Amino acid sequence: MSKRIYLDNAATTRTADEVLAEMLPYFQENYGNPSAVYGFAAESKQAVDVARKQTADLIGAKTEEIYFTGGGSESDNWALKAAAEAYGDKGKHIITSKIEHHAILHTCAYLERHGFEVTYLNVDENGKVLLDELKEAIRPDTILISVMAANNEIGTIQPIAEIGKIAKEHGILFHTDAVQAYGHIPLHVDEMNIDMLSASGHKFYGPKGIGFLYIRKGVKIRSFLHGGAQERNRRAGTLNVPGIVGMGKAAALAQKAMTERMRKETAMRDHLIDRILSEIPYSRLNGDRKDRLPNNANFCFRFVEGESMLILLDQLGVCASSGSACTSGSLDPSHVLLAIGLPHEIAHGSLRISLSEQNTMEEIDFVVDELSGIVQKLRRMSPLYEDFVKQNQERS
Amino acid sequence: MGMYSEKVMDHFSNPRNVGEIENPSGVGTVGNAKCGDIMRMYLDINSEGVIQDVKFKTFGCGAAVATSSMATELVKGKTVRQALEVTNQAVMEALDGLPPVKVHCSLLAEEAIHAALWDYAQKNNIEIEGLEEPVNDISEKEEEEEY
Repeated sequence: MSKRIYLDNAATTRTADEVLAEMLPYFQENYGNPSAVYGFAAESKQAVDVARKQTADLIGAKTEEIYFTGGGSESDNWALKAAAEAYGDKGKHIITSKIEHHAILHTCAYLERHGFEVTYLNVDENGKVLLDELKEAIRPDTILISVMAANNEIGTIQPIAEIGKIAKEHGILFHTDAVQAYGHIPLHVDEMNIDMLSASGHKFYGPKGIGFLYIRKGVKIRSFLHGGAQERNRRAGTLNVPGIVGMGKAAALAQKAMTERMRKETAMRDHLIDRILSEIPYSRLNGDRKDRLPNNANFCFRFVEGESMLILLDQLGVCASSGSACTSGSLDPSHVLLAIGLPHEIAHGSLRISLSEQNTMEEIDFVVDELSGIVQKLRRMSPLYEDFVKQNQERS
Repeated sequence: MGMYSEKVMDHFSNPRNVGEIENPSGVGTVGNAKCGDIMRMYLDINSEGVIQDVKFKTFGCGAAVATSSMATELVKGKTVRQALEVTNQAVMEALDGLPPVKVHCSLLAEEAIHAALWDYAQKNNIEIEGLEEPVNDISEKEEEEEY
């Protein structure tokens, strides 16, 4: 294996050099607890303030609306459970979609076991929530709508502004899981009528273990972690100063470079999609062709299974991911691929390639060239392909 | 991938006995598309009841391919009776183990051998002691995960 080609940026990204450099002084030089009184702590307190502003600015939020957390999953759990608790008197109905991340879906399942009713909206064949279905799902006791900004598997960008408008018209809280979208595509909490938004540092070249929940001023949700007055009494625990500083820096970099990054990634993504669809037979693109994250491409190759592809790619130094059952540890393939209407055997043959601006066209070409052979090799040993070929022979 | 033993990786990367047998003595297909693993095993059995040749095709993960490959190695040259004794445990041991989530793949390999032998018995109108009609859908045995 000569060189690694990293194409799993939706799983996590490499921390940017500038981000790491910004973080380092807060481990050994300015390690003071920002909650402390003495002057030594002022340095780290000020760094947190700067990072909070950087984080807020990227989505048009106020600094006091940003609450740092341990990551996207915590933010999602907090948003849903706390909203359910705070607004449970008003109603017990929550609306979400079938293609949310498990941090949302499993939290919804938990709330269902605690007296809440959840409507899981269908999506169309490209993974978009149907606005008419959303409107019909709204009831007098609906307290929360939670729909992700962009899907982590198939990259489809949801009509967040429209959903936010509908939520606002009905006086319902709107939360969006923007873990894949924040730092990658433009988002604006006011223009999109977002009341709560989850994000995670390591998905946009920041460090792992840090995220935030945006909570619009006036939304009365309570603390999720108890034990301290940090984060305006809403999230106890000593602030992860290096993490916060790193995420802030990553947000600032995204602010500056987003347009250029999107342009580069989109060019590579479209080249990848065009080549695969034209060169590998029985392949399909999952997710919306146009409204999709610039760095996401997700394919299904009929008659082959996802994990097998991943292992063969890994042997060439290529890191990618799949929604096959074998990679999820359960027997069912990705709930997202099933929700867009794919049959099980096709859903098992999915491959997600998620780019960063660090990737190159040469890498993309290398992967497509190799993938073609990998799919051929696996089809030669596939009983499904054998049946397909025989059926075709019989027909002709 | 770090999750598999060297032997699993070897059998996955260079699977033995991939292919089909024309006019096989027995052929069996097990698994289903829902769970993501389908194995087909072809057997060529001579008049003495010895498995002269065996081929497989598998749609599935690395472990599924490797267990199929190892299973064909273990039954090749064996009598029908000996082949029946090739259990999923034997396949796993021969592969130096499998991660816990992949144990069902080795069950599928055992099932595939049994299904092919069942087909052979049906075609020849014989009864093989200890051989039961194969269950096609092994996923029914799996339990739903609670979260």
